[in-house]
Formats: sequence, C-alpha cells, structure tokens
Amino acid sequence: MKDWRYWLAEQRGTLLAFGIFIVMFVIYTSNHPAGFSANVVQTASNKGVLLAFVAMAQTLVVITAGIDLSIGMIFTLTNCLASWLVIGTGIETAFGVIAVLGTGLLCGAINGAIVIYGRLQPIVATIATGAVYFGIALLLRPFPGGSVNENLADALTGRLFGVVPASLVVLLAVVLVVWVPFSRSVLGRAAYAAGSSEMAAYMSGVPIRRGKFAAYALAGLLASIGGLFLTFFTYTGDAAYASGNAYTLFSIAAVVLGGVSLFGGKGSAIGAIFGALAFRTIGDLLFVFDFDPLWQPLFQGVILLIAVSLGAFALFRVRNRLEWFL
Amino acid sequence: MDGAVPLFRMEGISKRYGGVRALEKAELLVTPGSIHAILGENGAGKSTLIKVMAGVVAPDEGRMELDGREVTFASPAAANQAGIVCIFQELSLVPELSVADNIVISDPPKRFGMIDRKAQRRIAEEALARAGAADIHPLALVRDLPLSRRQMVEIAKALARKPRILILDEATSALTAADVAKIFGVLKRLRSEGLALLYISHRMNEIAELADQCTVFRNGRNVASYRAGSKSDNEVVELMIGREYSHIFPPKPARAPAVAAPVLEARKLSWTDRLDNVSLTVGAGEVVGLGGLDGQGQRELLLAFFGVLRGLSGQILIDGKPVVITSPSAARDDRIGMALIPEDRKTEGLMLPMTVRENLSFAALDRLSRGGIIDRAAEQRLIDDMVALLAIKTAGLDIPVGALSGGNQQKVVIAKWLMRQPRIILLNDPTRGIDVGTKQELYQLMRKLADAGAAILFYSTDYDELIGCCDRVLVLYDGAVKRELVGAEITERALIASALNIHGEDASLTQGANA
Repeated sequence: MKDWRYWLAEQRGTLLAFGIFIVMFVIYTSNHPAGFSANVVQTASNKGVLLAFVAMAQTLVVITAGIDLSIGMIFTLTNCLASWLVIGTGIETAFGVIAVLGTGLLCGAINGAIVIYGRLQPIVATIATGAVYFGIALLLRPFPGGSVNENLADALTGRLFGVVPASLVVLLAVVLVVWVPFSRSVLGRAAYAAGSSEMAAYMSGVPIRRGKFAAYALAGLLASIGGLFLTFFTYTGDAAYASGNAYTLFSIAAVVLGGVSLFGGKGSAIGAIFGALAFRTIGDLLFVFDFDPLWQPLFQGVILLIAVSLGAFALFRVRNRLEWFL
Repeated sequence: MDGAVPLFRMEGISKRYGGVRALEKAELLVTPGSIHAILGENGAGKSTLIKVMAGVVAPDEGRMELDGREVTFASPAAANQAGIVCIFQELSLVPELSVADNIVISDPPKRFGMIDRKAQRRIAEEALARAGAADIHPLALVRDLPLSRRQMVEIAKALARKPRILILDEATSALTAADVAKIFGVLKRLRSEGLALLYISHRMNEIAELADQCTVFRNGRNVASYRAGSKSDNEVVELMIGREYSHIFPPKPARAPAVAAPVLEARKLSWTDRLDNVSLTVGAGEVVGLGGLDGQGQRELLLAFFGVLRGLSGQILIDGKPVVITSPSAARDDRIGMALIPEDRKTEGLMLPMTVRENLSFAALDRLSRGGIIDRAAEQRLIDDMVALLAIKTAGLDIPVGALSGGNQQKVVIAKWLMRQPRIILLNDPTRGIDVGTKQELYQLMRKLADAGAAILFYSTDYDELIGCCDRVLVLYDGAVKRELVGAEITERALIASALNIHGEDASLTQGANA
C-alpha cells in the first residue's frame, strides 16, 4: 500500500466528520434566506466554536481512555470568572484572560491528579470535581450578570477583513498552538499509548502518567478558552447548571461524531471539532426547514444514536466471545 | 565459553508469590557473543527469571551484576537503559499506534521538542530491515497486522533499542516457518556482532539449531548448565523431571473396557491458528486430562466446547449426536449438561463483591425459580447440600465471596456448577493458586463425580495432577493433539517428552519395559 492510503485510513474518522459537516452546512446555507453570506457564516461560527473548544477538551481526555464529566462545569466556572476579571484597561484585561486560562488549567490538573495519582475512576472523579467547580461558579455569580471588555469581545466575535469570522481564526490558532504540538509530542503519544493499551505502554517504558496528566490539564485549558468565548458572546457570566451539563454531554456526542473512540487511543481533536460543528448544524437545519424547535433534542438524539452504533460494528468480527467483555 | 568474561550475572535470586516459590537461589551467567537457551517445564521459574532480568519483577533476594557492577532495575525502562531488552510472550505493542510509532515508542527521535516523524520513519525502516521484516509498512497500524507480523514488529522494536542482552521468550511461537528461518539468521548475525541472547523456547529443534549454551531450570532453581549438543534430548528430559510432589491422589478404578458411546466427542475441531484438527472422546465415568506446555490450545479447546468461540470448524457430538453450541447458556442446558470451571475464578468464575449464596445459585437460577421468582426454600436446600458436600468453609452464606480463602472460593465455583448436576465437566487448571489440602479434596471430588457417571475433561499445568487423576491424557502441542497416554503410560517422563514434542520412541520404550 502507498503511504497516502495509510494516512487516509488513519484520518478516516476526521474526514467522515468533515464530510458530514460540509453536507449539512451546504444544505443549511442553501436553504437559508440570506444564503452563504458572511453574516450567516459568522453566526454559525460563533455558535459552533463554543462546543468545538469543549469537544477538543473532551477529546484529550477520551484519548487516554478516560472521560471528563466536569468539562462543562469548567466551561461555566471560567465564564463566571471572566465576567469579573476580563474588564478594564488593556493590561487589566490581559491579566484577566491569563487568570481565566490559568484557572481552567488548574481545574484540569486537579482532575488529572485525582484520576492518575488517586487512581479513581475518571467518571466518579470528574462528577465530583464538576460539582465543586459548579459550586464555585455559583458563588461567583449567584445571578447572571457582570460584564466584559467589549472591545475585545467584539473583535473576537466579529469578522476579520469583513469576511472571515474572528472566532474561527482563534479556533484555528488554538489548534495550531495546543493540539498540533501536543499530538506530536512524546507526552501526546504517551496519552494515545495509555489509552490504547496501558500495559503495553508501561512495558515499553512510556511516560504514561505524565502523558495522561498533560491531557487532563490541557483539557481544562481548552474548556476555559470556551468559557472565555461564551463571555465574549453574552457579555455576562451565568452559573447555569443545565447549560454546563448540556455542554458536557454534547462534547461527548461531538467527540463520537468526530471519530474519536471512547475506548481510547484513537481519534483527533480536529475530527471532534467537525463533530461539534456538525452537531450544532443539526439544530440550525431544523430552523431553516421550519421545524418546531421542540423537535431539536429528538433529532440530535437520533443522529447521535446512529453515529454511536457505527462504532459497534467491530463486535461482529470478534471470534472469541469473551473478548466482548474486555 | 568458560574463558569468556561474563556480561551479566545473577546470584542467589529468589522470588515468592504468596506461598509459592517461583525462584529459589537461582544463578545465571550470560556471556557476550553467545545464544543461551533456558529450558524447563511449566512453573520451573523461567518466566520469573526473565521478568527479574527485565525489571518487571523485583526479586526478594539476590544480586545482579552487569559488567561486574551490581545493578537493580526499578522498571522495564531502567532495564532497557542498561541494555537489557526483552521480547515478551504477551506482546507489548500498542494496537492503535502505527508500526513506526511502536518501534520508537520508548525513545522517539525529537526535533524542536516534537517527535521527528521523518527520523522515526527512517529508524523504523532500518529496524524492520534488520529484523528481516521489510515487507511490513511502517505506517500500518499494529491492530491491523496478523499475530505473526506483530511478533516481527516486536523483534524490530527490540533491535531499535540497541540492546546488549536480548531476551526472547517464546518469541517464535506465532511465527511462520519462513519467518523463523529469517529470525534465526538475524539472531546468528546479532551473536556475531557480540550481543548476548537469552532464548526461551519449548521447541527442541530450535534450541539445537541456535543455542551455544543451555541451562535447565527445575523448581525455581538452575539444575544444570551444559554446552549445547552435549546432551541428548532424553538426558534433557531427565534433567527437567524430578519436581517435588506431595499430593495424595484417590485410587483410580481399573480401567473399564472401552466405553460403548462417548458422552462428549470432538471431531477435527479447528479455530483460527489456536486449534488444529483436535479429535477426542470422553466417556461417562472417565477423567481425561489435557497436558502439554501452557498455552498450546488447551484453554481454547475448553472454550470451544463451552460455546464461547465463533467460527469454529469441525464437529462436537454429545451422546453421539452432533450439536452446535452457541453460548455458555446453551452448553449448560439440560440436553447437553455441560459445566466449565474457569481458569481465573476472580474474573470468570465469581462475582467477588456478591455473597456466597448469590454466587452459588447463579448457574442454577433457572432451575430454582418459577415464573422468574426464586424459590428461596429450594435454593437454601440445594446450597446446604453443596456446602456440606464440598466442605466449604465460610463464616456465613451472606458474606462477600471475595472474603473467602482461595481454596474455598474455588470450591464455590465448583459447587455453583454441581448444583446443576452436569454430565460433562470441563476443568481449566482448577488448582492453580490453592492450598494442598483443598487440592486433595478436589481430586477426590473429581473421582467421585466420575464414579457417579460424569464425563470429565481436566486441563492442568501440573503434570503430577495429570498422572494422579487421569485415566487418559491427551498432550497438546501447537493446538493439535500430539500424543495420547493411557493408564500406566502416564508418567512424568512421557508427559514432558511429548509436551516438548520430542519424538520419544525411547521414552515410550522405557515405559513398555517398566509396564
């Protein structure tokens, strides 16, 4: 086989998610009254990047065969924090941004430390820390409110050169600065190896713990970038329990749509980004076809169920039935 | 070899697992530029020895020297760093990563802090070529490779680490003949380059072709070292014999004349590359043993009968009638009446946090219930019978089964199946890790069940048990039945010789003379 075929096989999940998104988006824009205009793209992009950041964050943890159920709460907490800190002069705003990102990183690092060094199951550990993060968010913002540096907010949610949505550019920058180096570093490979076969990775002398820790910590960082953007869109902080949980669950949906295996070791954050954008477009599609918004959860659920079922086909190839339970 | 400077030396190495001694004051000398074969039967201590060398297991006592300096290894990575690289039987490849990723996994080449994929590709191609496996594409995912190719990747991965001592633990077990020939060429070249190779294999012909030096292990001790070729196969078997045994077995009945119709019969069973045309019969009242070295398809054979394997070819007959068994719950059905005592009671036999009572009645719940409701009184009666029959020692029926001793846990596993009064009982190494007293009770129980008419197929890694308990023993090698031993033919010598697939004409001749 030629090299490109192996590349294709490796990227199949990502390409599939990309394809699904493009098809949906084309249907969406061609049925939109305003068509494929800068405005429509900007709105779609601003809605999509929030879930895209959270889905990227979830990808990092899922690659290690873990799951982060606190991701939506880190997103909510950093939103509330940003509505206090990202304000004032340029210097003050910059300091606020750093504090918000640092908080996200810290939340992720706490998750990682508990899961790796405390040897707790990721589900249990992150449900607990998620509740803690939400509790802090609620203390910060008992009621929706606060404000944000509007110049910065408008710049990052607007358009560059009148065409390109700035939020999309930020997303691309984050991919280049966080995801690409991580996936090509020794730590990133350790995270993949630990997710695929922790024992084999250990036997090969791979730094499993550091790799997993980095994955959890960076997941917190990415979730806080999402939280920052939420503040830029809404100009407020809101400790909304339902929304935090919805982001957690949607991030898992996006990850699966994006071809990332929940068993770990396989997939890419880029796939998860397209999964997130596709998942968001489902809602928009219903809108342009004049469906009652009440249908949206049902439709999203059906799409997700189909996507998850695709992953189960491998079970038909198992020849020793005991392997079903591994 | 005697004049050469030792590269590596082990002295007085001991290791215990619970009450079991795996190594007892073991010694080993490794010289550069030679291939050293390690021989021994199941449980002789070979695996523990190399695990100690490779930093996987820490010894309880003893010292290791590399280049004359004392060393200790805290992890496999530490041993690798010192130049000791082991190719384990259980492959250490990460399935979702590519071949190249796997080959450089311990120490990937870096550029600006990131993994240099071009350099990685080059290293992988070189290592694959050195291992004689240039046909494997470095970008292929390990998951997609067949077992024989994976083993070649494993060898390439070891070579990429530039080892000084390379340990191969049954590294050729999954390889095709063509690959074995290539690997032998590679190993001989490495020897001429001055590497020390430790070669563990049960294939005597491989050892004869490769080894310069051989060391035989028995009961965790090195009992003999000799220059390869200076001893005959029979002398080697002689060295491996002589484990210390202390079990007492119930008397065997005088062998009944050939049973009219076997209860359980297999005709040409094959499954992937693990089972190869296995045919056997087990009659009512008979205890048939499965022998051979560990991992020659015995476990798969029992799973095949029990309906766990898919894509099985060949035929299974119950009472002379062909049946297709598609699941354990079909196998336990009254028309078949089969029970399997699994190998690992903790994962396949018991639900550890659940109570003794619940565990005991799991397999028989369908018989104890009517309309989905469990008949508590009937359950209690049957459980009482079983606890009495097997003398299960427990502080109560409502404590978690995980709180019982290993021997009593195993009794619960057996009792749970006896509650169904099975006609066919498959046992997968049931005495592993249990105390001597319980073992003897199990031997007696097995005979009692056979006398009551059950057909028993018994796999054990302990040759002494096969000798003491079985009416017949089938020895498996590479998934095929290589030899059938009946009655007085079942001796340790015959078992070991046939387990190693030595064409033991003289072994059986000696036997004939004794009989």
